[in-house]
Amino acid sequence: MALKMVKGSIDRMFDKNLQDLVRGIRNHKEDEAKYISQCIDEIKQELKQDNIAVKANAVCKLTYLQMLGYDISWAAFNIIEVMSASKFTFKRIGYLAASQCFHEGTDVIMLTTNQIRKDLSSPSQYDTGVALTGLSCFVTPDLARDLANDIMTLMSHTKPYIRKKAVLIMYKVFLKYPESLRPAFPRLKEKLEDPDPGVQSAAVNVICELARRNPKNYLSLAPLFFKLMTSSTNNWVLIKIIKLFGALTPLEPRLGKKLIEPLTNLIHSTSAMSLLYECVNTVIAVLISLSSGMPNHSASIQLCVQKLRILIEDSDQNLKYLGLLAMSKILRTHPKSVQAHKDLVLQCLDDKDESIRLRALDLLYGMVSKKNLVEIVKKLMSHVDKAEGTTYRDELLTKIIDICSQCNYQHITNFQWYISVLVELTRLEGTRHGHLIAAQMLDVAIRVKAIRKFAVSQMSALLDRAHLVASSTQRNGICEVLYAAAWICGEFSEHLQEPQQTLEAMLRPKVTTLPGHIQAVYVQNVVKLYAAILQQKEQAAEPEAAQDVTQLMVERLPQFVQSADLEVQERASCILQLVKHIQKLQAKDVPVAEEVSALFAGELNPVAPKAQKKVPVPEGLDLDAWINEPPSDSESEDEKPKAIFHEEEQRHVKQRQPEADEEELARRREARKQEQANNPFYIKSSPSPQKRYQDLPGVEHIPVVQIDLSVPLKVPGMPASDQYVKLEEERRQRQRLEKDRKKKKKKDKERKGRARRRGSLLSESDEDVAPAQQVDIVTEEMPENALPSDEDDKDPNDPYRALDIDLDRPLADSEKLPVQKHRNADTSKSPEKEHVPVTEKKPKKPKKKEKKLREK
Amino acid sequence: GRAQPRPRPAAAMQFMLLFSRQGKLRLQKWYVPLSDKEKKKITRELVQTVLARKPKMCSFLEWRDLKIVYKRYASLYFCCAIEDQDNELITLEIIHRYVELLDKYFGSVCELDIIFNFEKAYFILDEFLLGGEVQETSKKNVLKAIEQADLLQEEAETPRSVLEEIGLT
Repeated sequence: MALKMVKGSIDRMFDKNLQDLVRGIRNHKEDEAKYISQCIDEIKQELKQDNIAVKANAVCKLTYLQMLGYDISWAAFNIIEVMSASKFTFKRIGYLAASQCFHEGTDVIMLTTNQIRKDLSSPSQYDTGVALTGLSCFVTPDLARDLANDIMTLMSHTKPYIRKKAVLIMYKVFLKYPESLRPAFPRLKEKLEDPDPGVQSAAVNVICELARRNPKNYLSLAPLFFKLMTSSTNNWVLIKIIKLFGALTPLEPRLGKKLIEPLTNLIHSTSAMSLLYECVNTVIAVLISLSSGMPNHSASIQLCVQKLRILIEDSDQNLKYLGLLAMSKILRTHPKSVQAHKDLVLQCLDDKDESIRLRALDLLYGMVSKKNLVEIVKKLMSHVDKAEGTTYRDELLTKIIDICSQCNYQHITNFQWYISVLVELTRLEGTRHGHLIAAQMLDVAIRVKAIRKFAVSQMSALLDRAHLVASSTQRNGICEVLYAAAWICGEFSEHLQEPQQTLEAMLRPKVTTLPGHIQAVYVQNVVKLYAAILQQKEQAAEPEAAQDVTQLMVERLPQFVQSADLEVQERASCILQLVKHIQKLQAKDVPVAEEVSALFAGELNPVAPKAQKKVPVPEGLDLDAWINEPPSDSESEDEKPKAIFHEEEQRHVKQRQPEADEEELARRREARKQEQANNPFYIKSSPSPQKRYQDLPGVEHIPVVQIDLSVPLKVPGMPASDQYVKLEEERRQRQRLEKDRKKKKKKDKERKGRARRRGSLLSESDEDVAPAQQVDIVTEEMPENALPSDEDDKDPNDPYRALDIDLDRPLADSEKLPVQKHRNADTSKSPEKEHVPVTEKKPKKPKKKEKKLREK
Repeated sequence: GRAQPRPRPAAAMQFMLLFSRQGKLRLQKWYVPLSDKEKKKITRELVQTVLARKPKMCSFLEWRDLKIVYKRYASLYFCCAIEDQDNELITLEIIHRYVELLDKYFGSVCELDIIFNFEKAYFILDEFLLGGEVQETSKKNVLKAIEQADLLQEEAETPRSVLEEIGLT
């Protein structure tokens, strides 16, 4: 025996310990992988030995290697061996390794249940502590179920050190085994008033976390928490409680009124920034949820905004950032209070810290109005030019687009200006957001009918200098705008001044270097242009000119027929044949323009992206009911698919639980989506406006608004939007004069009436600025009886859903936690008898030192 | 569709990473169950992102649907992930408190202390945070718990004393 010990010790002397391993790795920078694989071989040898100290040392090294990214899951069983060592030194290492690498998929984890239970009831609080800590990392549903009762018992342990750990880990147990919540909750609630502040704060932590996810079940605790909040001086606890109240208030508005006072007091008095920040955030949340029915409502908002301004003005970047972040929350409901600090926000756009600039950008989004949009966008455009990194520049670009397009272009009064902004943005090289600009161009051109003529002129200019846009590599995302330009020029070709010129631009050889999907659009729209030109020429009785265009098409289309892109190739071949046919007809002097144009007849209407999904199910129609009775069991043998359907049907009919049905429905919906995605004939709802040509006779009714021709229609090359800024200002000036004149008249008329409503109060309010062009199709087409609700935003995988449990209902016997009595009774007396997977043969008796500690 | 797979949150703090200026991971503590693959991916992404930030930038960034709070102490970055509603400033305080604890324990801590005694760094963290929540707000209590647990570790702690064990000194 003694010899064996000595031998073991000598062995150990030559083993590497952790420090040796770390040093070794540092000394083998050249061939680290090789060195480590050597070490792992050594470790494998060490793990085969009986000596637990050697094993623990090996496991400790493995834990280090795991951090470096090496897989150590193969050693899971050895880790359990070390966990079950009787010496705390080793046990600690075993549990550390387990907490670093065990997860729900670790199959040997089920072997640990008894060992952990033994450690939980160990007379040494450090054994218990280490087991609780480890469990907090790798608890599985099985472990949670089997150990819930043991842990719950520990919540009443004599030592606060154990109590607080047990309380905290209960939260993890609830998540894994929701059935434990109701039986354990009364004791957890008791802990809110534990004499030890650490245990109390742990209980606050857990209940706050629970309540944040399912606030309605915890409303009854509000008075208790209110007492805690007004009495506690611990900032960590206060922050949790305040957050909890933030979650409770929307459900119980009366709470909000009670809360505001203590919170504002804290805001005034605290010196801890973290607490101040939490209070401000909660006050904002409370005020938002209560909207107006609050006394001193606006005073509280003002207080928050003031405090946030101080944060934003602070030299500490962190406070600046958070100040802006919180400001954006106020902005959503109280834009006016925030807009007063526009200067500050614009100032932050110049901050050297990009993350602060981005926050400021977020705020700008909500600060724009009809009046200041142009000014703000101008400022942003100047930042675009100055921006260093592409990331920030791209962010600016998206923000400009977001700001302008928000709420159906609510703030845009002049779309000529907007289109010229978009055109200016195409000069950005290397942006990833070409498709965003393109989408905007398409959207505006389609939905703002009055702007089409202007849009077409700008787009044709863009096509004309496509070589600039697409000059650099294919990666250049900006060439996406050519997609939009080509489509707009084709679709609205009737507005083109020089269609022939545009047609030639679109047929240039250089076009074949564009990405396939853009070429495809080119090919398709070339035909639309061609049709328009034919019509024009035939009407003007210029058959030769018409034939020339056809000839041009016949000459240039083959370059697309040769394309490697199937779509381009296919379209081009079809169209080439068509054109050749037209050429034959033209040779016989047959008029063709009418028929060619018929290919593209009809008006285009945008359809809401979710329109199809929102068609309500007609009353009396059960989509899940069988149309034909499913085949009976006897038949199901021969055909497999039938059997599957049959099974499904049975499950459906028998389980009438609403939850199961919901799951089933969700699954089916998913399956349907999959199927639709794979079905090329299914018309998907896509965010881009769908093309629908209709044979409606309504084309004549399109309101064509006369465009102010004082505006130069082509502004190639130079920054254009500025011109429109001036024009817009002039227009507004005219409008204002006009209005004033009308107002005077009105005043004269209704002198005694209450004629001055808002006109005189807000002398130049936003509503007064009438747009130059209207967004014609503001509400996109929706099916009749469409449902407005958006059900798709709910997350069915929310892990907290299972914890939505009524806690006030009395506990039934069946709900009590499973208890394994015989084990609990034994363990403290003779822990060594437990069956544990230990190879350590003779656990040493506790040393004297250890004994002393135990006796304490 | 959702852009990123959402790590299932279960704690105020999702994880804590310590890494060096060279991007070497020095400590990792996960309070949410994730696969090794996912952990590695997150670590790689975050280390890159944080190291790419300029020195004077603020300590917060949004990443996937989490908030990242990080702070650099000498050559080490301490980096935590919290959820949307959580308080960034208190997280900074947690990081700072942990650094203070390490400092007290090791006596003006440096990166090497954490490299060579990485298990100690974990033990200290485990006494301070449990399951991603602060379990002990008193520095004194945390250190006391660690010291007492250390007392339980006998001579086996320093393998060199094996020599003493067999009477070679």
